[in-house]
Amino acid sequence: MPRMTNHDDQNLQEGLNSLGNEKMSRRDFLRRGSILATGMGALMAAMSPLRQLQGAFDPEEFVQKHYKEMTPEEMDKVLRRIERKVAERFDVKATVRDIKPMDGVEYVYALNLSKCNGSRKCVHACVNENNQSRSPEIQYITVLKMPQGTMDMDKGEILYDPPKVPEEGYYYMPVQCQQCANPPCVKVCPVHATWQEPDGITVIDYDWCIGCRYCEAACPYWARKFNFAEPRIPKERINPDMSYLSNRPRSKGVMEKCTYCLHRTREGRYPACLEACPTGARIFGNVLDPNSQISFVLRNKRTFVLKEEVGTIPRFFYYFDE
Amino acid sequence: MFKWLRDYLYFLYRCVALSFSGQGVFYAWMTFLTALSLIGLNAYCKQLVDGLYLTGMNDHVSWGMYIANFTYLVGMAAAAVMLVIPVYIYKNDRLRDVVIFGELFAIAAIIMCLLFVIVDLGRPDRFWHLIPGIGKFNWPYSMLSWDVVVLNIYLLLNMHVAGYLLYMRYLGRKPNKFLYMPFVSVSIVWAISIHTVTAFLFAGLSGKAFWNSAILGPRFIASAFASGPAFIVLTLQVIDHFTAYKIKKTTLLALRRIIQVAMIISVFLMGNELFTEFYADSLHIASIQYLFFGLHGHNMLVPWIWTAVVFNIISLFILVLPMSRSLKYLNVACILCVVGIWIEKGIGLLIPGFIPTPLGEIVEYFPTVNEILICLGIWAFGFLIYTILLRVSIPILVGSLHIPLKYAQREFRKGV
Repeated sequence: MPRMTNHDDQNLQEGLNSLGNEKMSRRDFLRRGSILATGMGALMAAMSPLRQLQGAFDPEEFVQKHYKEMTPEEMDKVLRRIERKVAERFDVKATVRDIKPMDGVEYVYALNLSKCNGSRKCVHACVNENNQSRSPEIQYITVLKMPQGTMDMDKGEILYDPPKVPEEGYYYMPVQCQQCANPPCVKVCPVHATWQEPDGITVIDYDWCIGCRYCEAACPYWARKFNFAEPRIPKERINPDMSYLSNRPRSKGVMEKCTYCLHRTREGRYPACLEACPTGARIFGNVLDPNSQISFVLRNKRTFVLKEEVGTIPRFFYYFDE
Repeated sequence: MFKWLRDYLYFLYRCVALSFSGQGVFYAWMTFLTALSLIGLNAYCKQLVDGLYLTGMNDHVSWGMYIANFTYLVGMAAAAVMLVIPVYIYKNDRLRDVVIFGELFAIAAIIMCLLFVIVDLGRPDRFWHLIPGIGKFNWPYSMLSWDVVVLNIYLLLNMHVAGYLLYMRYLGRKPNKFLYMPFVSVSIVWAISIHTVTAFLFAGLSGKAFWNSAILGPRFIASAFASGPAFIVLTLQVIDHFTAYKIKKTTLLALRRIIQVAMIISVFLMGNELFTEFYADSLHIASIQYLFFGLHGHNMLVPWIWTAVVFNIISLFILVLPMSRSLKYLNVACILCVVGIWIEKGIGLLIPGFIPTPLGEIVEYFPTVNEILICLGIWAFGFLIYTILLRVSIPILVGSLHIPLKYAQREFRKGV
């Protein structure tokens, strides 16, 4: 039995009387009405910035299925819609394709640190190829200027800007997505928006990512980048040859990363960073083919991987040639 | 059936009516909280338009104030269980009545947690991808998917237990043990689990040496069980001051015991962490070095963490000494504990995990005004919910709000 007290507090009764009974005095009604109106007005005012979002909501994109669950017909519809959107957004006629991995192929990269001269040509080629945002700037490759005699990346410098490279006493170490065989980023994604393809490339479904940035925290190579703002790319810089899982323009609020240029490599071409390299430091190919150049490098050079101790099993190798 | 529904709907209606009525102080407090919430909402709408660019976060420090507050509040929510265990398991009646205030606070804290996760998302419109069944849920691999599950279930558990007990009190009926005791037992395990899972969220990342520590889970639990009850001690005195509900001093002293023990363990575990990191002195200490002493001239967090350390130690001293049996000192200890732990495991745990970055860059994190307004808005909204929950439940607990007598069961009418 509950304890009953007789000294009910006044306001409680007052409140219950005025609202609990059907009869409400005219004054009360007006007072409550004006409070309600002020409240609603304040709420509307608080939400007024949303007016700028008008037309941004796309119901088709909202209900779009996960990449792996779409039928070929549904995929086709989505690709056409993306082409229309690119045309609206950048006034560029682009072709967007969904390029599947080839059987019997596993891509591996190797980088000759003796040759790399720190020119960052790969960085720029990558940005041009993959339609990264120019403002704010997003880059998939980070080049570290490392003092001779250490492998500790804390000692490296990223924002180096001398009149001429290479500089005496330093070597240069480009770092991009290592396409790990045991990728920590894939494990942590709460919605399966990122996964490893049969050819070893870890991809992101930009239309499924919720933007929690857990993968960015998990990556030991700082390879994942987030679109903190709406990506901006000048119209004339758009690369119109696009694919769903790689270089189509992203929206704000989603992650992106290096895909070994899968729209090129899955058709037998080299990644853009390799083609741009002035020193031939980059070796890329199918590790399952014993006659490939990459297989030769892995067999004959003394290669190593970055942060082997974290157990990610990278598909990106480094070596010194001298 | 209809009678049941009618009674329940009328109950809800009266609860709503009650939340809008009170004295001047109540109106002022609610107006203040509503205004802050709306300012936060406004800031969030701006963030929706321009993106997370409006925050101090970037690719270097990719989580900030939102996740820091989230982490802290999960602990506060979990701490409600420290009131539940003594009452339901050990039948400690000194805490019986206040246990419901703890559960109500857990509800408000979890709602704040969920809001902090939502404002941190780049694409909140895709939130449905997280819903099991219709979305594509990476369970059991992603710790974040675990967190979503356990937090929501914990919210439901607390809503059920607190709601059921209050409604029975309103009806003047004796609550059926079978309808709440099983849920109470589950919620005890669950409370530990929500904070453990939140610790695993960080501890499971091999690439972040600063978080990759087995002691993180126990540290989270210990600090939560100190700061949570400390916060409740303060709240109970506010309730005592402003409402008809009177809190006995023995209740507060029972809570003091809990805070005391939890605080000793929390400070001890922190000491363990510091020893292991600094004595071993490997490359892995870069982050903790940054936090406590600064790294290569970057030392923004140093004053913060030392404030937290000093607060924690003073709080611990007051708590273990007999002087904290006086409410004046107990309150000082509680405030120091709540603030100290907020710094230690909010900013102090989260930000150094990103500094230096995996490639060795040092970029410091400054929250923007817009980001801080969103945080304040969520805190204000949480307090708004907690105030409403208290506004409704206190009259029920003191007996001034009950079912109209003409509808009540006969025994209840006789008792009046």
